[in-house]
Amino acid sequence: MQVFFSIGVDALAYGMVLFIISIGLSVTMGLMRVVNLAHGAFAMIGGYIASYAARDLGLGYGFAIILAVIGTIVIAIPLERFLYRRIYGAPELTQVLMTIGITFCVIGLANYVFGPTLKTIPLPADLQGPVNLGFRTIAAHKLFAIGCGVAVALGLWFLIERTSFGVKLRASVDNTAMAASLGVRTRIVYAASFALAVGLAAFGGVIGAELLPVEPYYALRYMVTFLVVVSVGGAGSIPGALIACLLLGAIDTTGRYLVPEYGEFFFYLAVIAIVWVFPRGLLGRAK
Amino acid sequence: MKKLILAAAAAVLLGGAAYADVIKIGVVGPFSGPFAIQGKNFKAGIDAYIATHGNKIGNDTIEVLYRDVPQADPAQSKALAQELVVKEGVQYLAGFYFTPDAMAVTPLLQQANVPLVVMNAATSAIVTKSPYVVRTSFTTWQTSAPMAKIARERGIEKAITVVSDYGPGVDAENAFKTTFEKEGGKVVESIRMPLSTNDFSPVMQRVRNSGAQAVFAFLPSGPTTLGFVKAYNENGLKEAGVQFLAPGDLTQESDLPALGDAALGILTTFHYAIAHDSPENRAFVEAARKAIGNPAELSFPSVGAYDGMHVIYKMIEATGGKQDAKKAVDAVKGLAWESPRGPVSIDPETRHITQNIYLREVAKGSDGAYYNKEIKTFEKQPDPGLAAAK
Repeated sequence: MQVFFSIGVDALAYGMVLFIISIGLSVTMGLMRVVNLAHGAFAMIGGYIASYAARDLGLGYGFAIILAVIGTIVIAIPLERFLYRRIYGAPELTQVLMTIGITFCVIGLANYVFGPTLKTIPLPADLQGPVNLGFRTIAAHKLFAIGCGVAVALGLWFLIERTSFGVKLRASVDNTAMAASLGVRTRIVYAASFALAVGLAAFGGVIGAELLPVEPYYALRYMVTFLVVVSVGGAGSIPGALIACLLLGAIDTTGRYLVPEYGEFFFYLAVIAIVWVFPRGLLGRAK
Repeated sequence: MKKLILAAAAAVLLGGAAYADVIKIGVVGPFSGPFAIQGKNFKAGIDAYIATHGNKIGNDTIEVLYRDVPQADPAQSKALAQELVVKEGVQYLAGFYFTPDAMAVTPLLQQANVPLVVMNAATSAIVTKSPYVVRTSFTTWQTSAPMAKIARERGIEKAITVVSDYGPGVDAENAFKTTFEKEGGKVVESIRMPLSTNDFSPVMQRVRNSGAQAVFAFLPSGPTTLGFVKAYNENGLKEAGVQFLAPGDLTQESDLPALGDAALGILTTFHYAIAHDSPENRAFVEAARKAIGNPAELSFPSVGAYDGMHVIYKMIEATGGKQDAKKAVDAVKGLAWESPRGPVSIDPETRHITQNIYLREVAKGSDGAYYNKEIKTFEKQPDPGLAAAK
C-alpha cells in the first residue's frame, strides 16, 4: 500500500510538470494547427530568463517567473509577426522545417550567450527541502508544481470554454474566413493565442526546471516527450492533455520504480496502444 | 579499393614525412553539440601544453587539426580519422571522448602507421584493440574500484548501485560490485536506469527501501546528474544518512556551480581535481583557464589532453619527426612524468596510464566556490578493468 501511494505521489508530480510544459504545445498544435517544434526552445528561453533574473539579478522567485513569461512573449512577438504568420495553414512539413530551424538557432544562441553549462533557478526557502507526508517525504517544489498544474488546467479551461475570447479563438480555428466575415479580428486572436502558448511554455520551463534542468540542448532533449503528450491526449484538448500527462506519468514512474531495467519500454508501449485505439488521441477532435 | 588508396597514401607519407618540417596531429572530439564543453576542454588542454612548451620540436613545427564528432558516432569518427590520415597526412591521432568513436578508429592504425593517443574514452578494452593505442585519461574501473575500498573502510556493509544503463554505467557497476564484494561487503541491489530518466524520485524510494547504508551511482555528467543529486537530497536520503558514493565524473568542476549545496559531502574517487595542490597543477590550471576563456568551464578532459600532448611530444622527439608508429609507441612505454594530476607513467604492458586515484569530498571554499577537496590518495593505480575482463 505504501509503495502504491509512493508511486502515486511521484507520478502525480511528474505528470503535472509534463502537463504545464506541454499544454502550450497542445494549444498551438490543436487550436492553431501549427506543428511548433520550437516549443521546447521557448520553454528553455523562459528558464534562462528566470535563471538570469533570480541568480544574477537577485530577484525573487515569483518575480523571476513573471519576468520569464513576459520576456519570452516579448521575444516571441516578432517571431510570430515575421515567421509564424507565414506558416499558418501551410503544409505540416513546411511548419516542421521552419520551427526546427528556429530551434537550432535558439540552441546556438543560448550556447553562445549563456555557455554550455547547466543553469539553475534558485528556489525560495519555502519550496526547498523535503516535506513529510507521513508515509514518505516529497520535495516541496513538487507540491508547488502540482498546484500550478491544477491552476493552469482550470484557468485554461475557463478561458477557452467560458470567455468570449475562447469563443472567438474556437471560431477562428474552425473557419477563419467565416469568423473574419463575422467581425472577429482573426490575426489578433491568433497572435494572442500564440502569446498564450509561448507564455505557458516559459512558465512550464521555469516550474519544471528542477526535473528538466536548463541547458542549451533542452530545446531538443525533451521535444519527443512533449509531442507524445500532445498526440496521446489529443491536440487542442486540455482535459485530454491532463489525462495523458497523468497516465503517462503514472506508467513511466511505475515502470521506473518496479522494473527500471526495461527502460522506457512500458512508456512507449502504452503510447503505441493508446494511439492505436485512439488515433486522434484520447480526447482529440475530428478534423 | 579504399584500403589500397589508404595504403598508397600511407606509403607516400612514409617516404615524405622524414623531410617534412610540419608535423600534424589530428584531434577528434565533440566540439559542437551537447558535449561541446568536453571538446572545449580537449582544446584547452592542448593549447595550454603548446603555450607552455612551444610549438616546435627541433626544427619541426607542430600543427593540430581538429575534427568534430558531436555525439558518439563511430562511422563519422572513422571517416574523419581516415580523412585526417589520407588527406591531411597527420602523423598522430588523438582526442576521442566516447569509447565507440575510439574503437572505430583502432583498425586503421596499423595500416596507416599512426599512433592513437586516447585523451578521454574510458572503457578498459580500447587499448587491447591495437598495439598503437596509448591512453592518458583513466578508465571507469580505475576510478570506481577504489571507492569500494573506501566504503568498506568506512564500515559500510550493505550498498546499492544505481547506474545509467549504458557501457560506462555498467562498467562502473561491475567495478564497484566486484571490488566491494571482494572486500567482504554486500551489494543488496543493482539498479540500471534508462539514460533518458528525468525524474529520479522513484529510484530514490527504491534505494531507501533497500536498506543499504550507501548508494554508489554513475550517470553521464550534465543535466541528469543535477536531477539525480537533487532527488537524493529531496527524498531525504541525505538526512537518513545514506552515503552518496560515485566516481568523479558526477562532480566534474563545470557542473559544481549548478549542483551547489546539494552536492556538499558527496564522496567521489577520481584521477584529477582542478583543486589538486601542486606547482605543476597551478601552472597548468592558469594556462588552461586562459586557453578556455571562461574558467568555470574547465574540467577533467583538459588534463587528459594536456598529458596526451606530452606523450605525443615525447613520441616526436623519439622518432625525430619521422613517421614510425611502432618506434613512437615503444618510446613512451614506461614513460614516467609529473603530470598536473600527480606522478603518472605509461604501463609498458597495457599502454594505459598508471596514476594516483584520489578520494575527494565536495566542499565550499572560503570564496564561496565549490570544489573537489582531496582527502586521501591511492598511489600508482593500474587499470583493474583489463584483469577483470580476462
